[in-house]
Amino acid sequence: MPPAPPHSTCENQESTSIQDRIHNHPCYSEKAHHHYARLHLAVAPACNIQCNYCNRKYQCANESRPGVVSELLTPAQALKKTLLVSEKLPQLSVVGIAGPGDPLANPQRVFSVFKTLATQAPDLRLCISTNGLALPEWVDELARYSVEHVTVTINCIDPEIGAQIYPWIFWKNRRYKGIKAAEILLAQQQKGLKMLVERGMLVKVNSILIPGINDHHLPEVNRFIKQTGAFLHNITPLIAKAEHGTYYGLTRQREPSPEELLTVRQICGENMNVMHHCRQCRADAVGLLGEDRNAEFTLADLDNHPDIDHQAVMQKRMLAKTQIQAALTNPTANYHIPLSSLKTSKNSLKKYRSLLVAVATRGQGLINEHFGHAKEFLIYEASAQEIKLLRVHKTQLYCTGQQECDEAETRMHNILQGLAGCELLLCAKIGYAPWKQLEAAGIQPNSEYAMVPITQAIANIYAEFKQAGKLTLSSQQQAS
Amino acid sequence: MAFSIIDSCINCWACQPLCPTHAIYEAQPHFLITASQCTECAGHYADPQCASICPVEGAILDSTGHALNPLGSLTGLPA
Repeated sequence: MPPAPPHSTCENQESTSIQDRIHNHPCYSEKAHHHYARLHLAVAPACNIQCNYCNRKYQCANESRPGVVSELLTPAQALKKTLLVSEKLPQLSVVGIAGPGDPLANPQRVFSVFKTLATQAPDLRLCISTNGLALPEWVDELARYSVEHVTVTINCIDPEIGAQIYPWIFWKNRRYKGIKAAEILLAQQQKGLKMLVERGMLVKVNSILIPGINDHHLPEVNRFIKQTGAFLHNITPLIAKAEHGTYYGLTRQREPSPEELLTVRQICGENMNVMHHCRQCRADAVGLLGEDRNAEFTLADLDNHPDIDHQAVMQKRMLAKTQIQAALTNPTANYHIPLSSLKTSKNSLKKYRSLLVAVATRGQGLINEHFGHAKEFLIYEASAQEIKLLRVHKTQLYCTGQQECDEAETRMHNILQGLAGCELLLCAKIGYAPWKQLEAAGIQPNSEYAMVPITQAIANIYAEFKQAGKLTLSSQQQAS
Repeated sequence: MAFSIIDSCINCWACQPLCPTHAIYEAQPHFLITASQCTECAGHYADPQCASICPVEGAILDSTGHALNPLGSLTGLPA
């Protein structure tokens, strides 16, 4: 089947063969993430390094951050969970192993899962996310199971900076600390990245933006990984809350602001593909990137569920895939609007300013979520040239303690802060009280585009605003 | 001469496959060491393997009851 037409500008530049490999991977393709689901199998508990942003002790079901899981799975349970998830979520396209430790510090468990899935669910893409320390020795084994998507976390290429991020590593039967640890780890990461690229694998590099530690260094990391041949750079904000018990949390290391994140992404984005739709999901996340349905698939559910026919669920997945691809390529669905209303001369870029729009969606690329139910908002930037996803604002990103979990006030405050700069909020429905609050904060709510494709709605609004003269820059602004 | 794992163990499995004498086993509420099998890695490795990968300070004790990774030794956080 030919790959779907490209969506974002960066995907436009990809060759057909690469399109084929990313078109249904929600992390590698922004378009795919509206439609295809992923499953993280929490089969890898052990870790071979310590990161200052990670604490393995704290495991709260309400908390969403990498390295956290509710239940650890055996390889047999992992297979059953994959089949059960497929039955309920046939749009499942990717099975990844991301922890809660490091997959390659648990090679036996991880490759036992891959071996079974390669025969019982050959249509599913297998994927791992690793710190890279053990990567060089397992690259060929990954290739054996046709793992084509590997994420390596590379926070720095300078050991001096590494020593401030990684207090120790376990390497060749010894624990190393300080600069020596960082030197070994960084060398292994770089070697592993090179080996993956040589074997034609698509590598996503994750970098955690840590203000004051690696913020000014990340463009250098970006140049290095681009030069080495990484496919995608995912720069994510540090999560450091004292209640998580991490070194950075307890030592009050500051998290980056949304603006700082955007700035670094923008600098790096000029050089290579940068990811804007990452949700920093848990090592046991299930569903579309914006949702986590893991609570529907507990160990108790697995035990109580009768055995599932792997052939039958594979048929279901194949059917779902055909349907999604048909919907995406159907011209009458108008999902990929030509943006003809936006495609204008370079001169227009100078004449008209851009517009930030927040969107409530629960998938399929549509404006289909009620404001009050939204767990996150996608923030798009519309300009005279293109419509692009800038970032995602989560409304319940971290557990802030039970007493605050359902407080509407706190939630609204968090949303208003997170959507700062947006002029509009598009959702399927919204109540009177939040409408008023948003309006008072200068964000115009709009539910007229319920069930309309996101990009189409934003294109219409941009055209309307432009026509009404709301986006015209003054001659002074144009000159600057 | 044997090490022991105490209740601050987080059951991360990191130590279990490294033990050269297979003295470490999964148990509830946390992993344990069969004292009669533990050699403290003497003759196998320069450093005891379980204590070299354990991410939790104070979770593994030596035969005299002292933590092999004392508070502050891994995280750099004040004890």
